[in-house]
Amino acid sequence: MADTHNKEVDQISGVETTGHEWDGLKELNNPLPKWWLYIFYATVVWAVIYWVLYPSWPLVSSYTKGVLGANQRQEAIAAYDKGVADRSEFADKIVATSLEDITKDQELLQFALANGQAAFGDNCAPCHGAGGTGSEGYPNLQDDTWIWGGTLDDIHTTLLYGIRSDSDDARIGDMPAFGADELLSKEEIDQVANFVASRAGVETDEGIDLAAGQVLYEDNCAACHGDNLEGIQEVGAPSLMSANYLYGNSLDDIRAQIANPRNGVMPGWAERLDPATVKSLTVYVHSFGGGQ
Amino acid sequence: MSADTETHEGEHSEEWFASAKKIYPMATHGLFRRIKWTLLFITLGIYYFLPFIRYDRGPNAPDQAVLIDMEHRRAYFFFIEIWPQEVYYLTGLLIIAAVALFLMNAVAGRIWCGYLCPQTVWTDLFLWVERKIEGDRRERIALDKDPWTFEKVGKRATKHFFWLMIAWWTGGAWVLYFNDAPTLVWQLLTFQAPMVAYVWIGILTATTYLLAGFMREQVCIYMCPWPRIQAALTDEKALNVTYRWDRGEPRGSLKHNKKLEAQGLPAGDCIDCFQCFQVCPTGVDIRKGMQLDCIQCGLCIDACDNIMTKIGKPTGLIAYDTDENIERRLEGKEPVYEIVRTRTVIYAAVIALVGAIMLFALLNRDFADISVLHDRNPVFVEQSDGSVRNGYTVRLSNKRRHPRSFMLHVEGMPPNTLVEAVGADSTFAGRPIVEVGPDTTREVRVLVSSPPEAEMPHSTPVVFRITESVMGEVVTAKDTFKAPDKP
Repeated sequence: MADTHNKEVDQISGVETTGHEWDGLKELNNPLPKWWLYIFYATVVWAVIYWVLYPSWPLVSSYTKGVLGANQRQEAIAAYDKGVADRSEFADKIVATSLEDITKDQELLQFALANGQAAFGDNCAPCHGAGGTGSEGYPNLQDDTWIWGGTLDDIHTTLLYGIRSDSDDARIGDMPAFGADELLSKEEIDQVANFVASRAGVETDEGIDLAAGQVLYEDNCAACHGDNLEGIQEVGAPSLMSANYLYGNSLDDIRAQIANPRNGVMPGWAERLDPATVKSLTVYVHSFGGGQ
Repeated sequence: MSADTETHEGEHSEEWFASAKKIYPMATHGLFRRIKWTLLFITLGIYYFLPFIRYDRGPNAPDQAVLIDMEHRRAYFFFIEIWPQEVYYLTGLLIIAAVALFLMNAVAGRIWCGYLCPQTVWTDLFLWVERKIEGDRRERIALDKDPWTFEKVGKRATKHFFWLMIAWWTGGAWVLYFNDAPTLVWQLLTFQAPMVAYVWIGILTATTYLLAGFMREQVCIYMCPWPRIQAALTDEKALNVTYRWDRGEPRGSLKHNKKLEAQGLPAGDCIDCFQCFQVCPTGVDIRKGMQLDCIQCGLCIDACDNIMTKIGKPTGLIAYDTDENIERRLEGKEPVYEIVRTRTVIYAAVIALVGAIMLFALLNRDFADISVLHDRNPVFVEQSDGSVRNGYTVRLSNKRRHPRSFMLHVEGMPPNTLVEAVGADSTFAGRPIVEVGPDTTREVRVLVSSPPEAEMPHSTPVVFRITESVMGEVVTAKDTFKAPDKP
């Protein structure tokens, strides 16, 4: 520590130095006003008061709680509850209004879209993707291909009761397992698969009797998928006209789906989500643009 | 730590912090004092009464000329209405304010500090109250030394009462800028005002009372950054409150200097009367030259001029002058005053430029706005008929006070492109019409589908154009239409 007893006065400014020197530079002692120091003390006192009032010091397995009982977690829960309560006014209106009318009411539409977007992210996105584009086995909700219908009411029903779900009102439509249940031989499956592929614009194997495939189609498939492969929405039989298949677009995929088909399940949401949210989801999914 | 060291440390803190020396500025009169009073009346008049000025904006709009409406996120200044996204107007104002400060400094030093700064204005007002109640400099010094008599307590109590009244009024005026003033005044009088109003009044009462009553020059010397900045900005041609030492030195008492003069020895005009020091609100001796503590209010000029007149010497021993002129006079040259010089021209030009840009922006301010956000997921959707669809989130703003309809058109797409807006109120010739409420925004989802027969390139620049239905106001926004990358 520098010797402060030997006070030195700077010749130019006439100010005493502190006696601190670095490489020949000497620090002048221009005293700060005392109130500056007192404000510093005041901040120290403030900190101590804060420790007493609010949660502050970490302990081994807990922390000091503070006498005010402030708790940000509870504040967040209270804010959430308030948000739900504030929303209930709109939610009630959504329940009372028909889907068609919701889309015509600026305010309700805005609420339904926002509410639907949030619910979609929480409940639907894991399978259908954040943007609703789906993936193999999980339908794309953005495009205009709807297995069970893309009107507001169709979407609403699918959302409420699901597809092949536990619900009594679930949409049921089973593709028979033509191979596994030995309804068709391996060769016949090959012929039908190639026939369908040829109509959907998928590359086919060479040397296959497509005419035989067509006969097989008419006998086994047309009842559900239609005479012209256009599909029948009521039974959930998708159109086979274009290669836009839920379970893959290659010839192998088509063959596999005939021989031992996958029948995917969509859960019903009537018992998991409140009616206003299901309706909001309906409007939101419809707004993707593919809705009919 | 030994006891010895502790005493050592103790000695340090004694020296490193000093009690602020109390300043007792004396009253003076003269040109600059009159300017200061005038500016004080104008600035405080504006501050206290501006919120009460009405300005008719028609129905559904506040009629307060200057209002910052936090709740509805709008700021009003007479005919100007600012939305939160237009806060760049404020940026422009701040740029102008900063450069105006530079310009003032290049022309005449710290005239902001000396005449216009709120700290100066309120301190001046508080000093006036203090002087009216406790008397001028000598009486106040004496009163401080007096024992606590009944009279002293009375004077002090009166002073603090009036100080607090002014401080309260200051805080009260502040909150009026954020609410309808007459309504809030009534609410305050009947104790029905929102809590936040009382809290802000409390905060500003406290700061006004403390800063103008007690901190005063300490704010300028220790808290304000401007003295440091201005010291770096000034030059030898800037007018500053200057003691003309070329004329004043060697100083001496009137008698002493007269004696010197009689003997033919050099004698300055400064008679060392300390009037300049005693009237100074920051306790500066201007004769030491320009210094950080000096706010350049010019009161020492008034004080010195009064003395010079009394002793029959020309006024202006302390005056607004430049460093350059002192040198010139010492060399026997005429003083020069160059207000128009490179830096003042540049500052003025910057102010004019920013002002012109802001004025242009303001006069051409759109009363409708559109912003377009392309869907990220999915970027595009292929439809079963071969067409491609893109989704956009479009936000329309209506800055008028009545509901308006906008027709949406997407340019740059092939003919027979389908444009849909989810929630559109109607369509005209295939173009969606969207109604937006008064003074608000509306978000719609817009779906653009290319015709099935069109071969769309990977990316097509498009322009979203909205046309207002009555006045035909047009606003556009650019975006792109994406399609699959076909080999």
